[in-house]
Amino acid sequence: MSDTWAWLAHSPIFLLLLTLLGYQLGRGLRERTGGHPLAQPVLVAIIVVGTTISLVDVGYADYRNGTELIAFWLGPATVALAVPLHRQARRLRGFMTPMLVAIPVGAVVSVATGILLVRVCGGGELLARTMAPKAATTPVSIAVSDGIHGLPPLTAVLTIVAGILGAVAGPAVLTLLRVRDRRARGLALGAVSHGIGTSRALVEDQTEGAFAGLSMGLTALATSILVPLLVALLL
Amino acid sequence: MITGLTWLLACQLAGELLVRLTHAPVPGPVVGMLLLFVLLQAQRAGEDASVVRTADVLLRHLQLLFVPAGVGIVVYLGTIRHDALPITVALLGSWLAGLAVVGWTTVLLERALDRRGSR
Repeated sequence: MSDTWAWLAHSPIFLLLLTLLGYQLGRGLRERTGGHPLAQPVLVAIIVVGTTISLVDVGYADYRNGTELIAFWLGPATVALAVPLHRQARRLRGFMTPMLVAIPVGAVVSVATGILLVRVCGGGELLARTMAPKAATTPVSIAVSDGIHGLPPLTAVLTIVAGILGAVAGPAVLTLLRVRDRRARGLALGAVSHGIGTSRALVEDQTEGAFAGLSMGLTALATSILVPLLVALLL
Repeated sequence: MITGLTWLLACQLAGELLVRLTHAPVPGPVVGMLLLFVLLQAQRAGEDASVVRTADVLLRHLQLLFVPAGVGIVVYLGTIRHDALPITVALLGSWLAGLAVVGWTTVLLERALDRRGSR
């Protein structure tokens, strides 16, 4: 009996199924609430899976290994963001200058404020390094965090929380900030909430989604160049 | 579907290889995205192209792919509770600052360029 239990708890089949069920529950909630901003499938799935593996005593490392099959597709999905961009390619015209200025400026601001606010609020240097790359999409933020001696798995968590923040509150906050242009909204959302913000933007509007995806890519690039410089400067 | 996946993986691999060979500080999949974009533009790919349909399926479930990394939060609940103030303030503050700066800078530059263009 206990053998079977140990096998089950570490079986990729169980862990993948659990992840899919949590995600499906999130999709169901989103549907039933008529797209309530809090009903983000990723958020619901993390709560369901996190609670379940804690209850049945499966370590995170085992869970992570078991679900590698899902995490693997993040790379191809990033490549796939070329498709919404291709559909919106006409709208790139006349937009290159604003984009190529706003993204690096935004990356400097999010990295610098991330580092400084941690320090101001009494957080240690390690936490500041861990926070610095959190605006870039997960594979990148993890690699950058590793390069500057942060805590990569915690960076991944902070990155995902920043992403969920964008999916939940991004569109409403942008409206409050009076940013109405679809391209500008997408750019802003992708710059601070990467792929998770992009997925919400894609639901809102095709243009917004395409520019969020592009912004996510450029922000990842800007972050990987700027973080080591800003960390050296500010810490 | 399989043809589409083949294209996506081929672009990703080409991106990863380019990054390795040039030591560029760019993530491979992002280079792959730019390569695929160039290919799609060059071929004037339509809605019926297999890579377009596969990409749509994958992007519809983009959030699912972040779940395994996000569940890592269970390991760090203690750290997060211990450093709750700096984590909350820095995360919210820098998220909001970045969002506002990118949104506003874009809108202002667009307007400035429009005015110059129409003059």
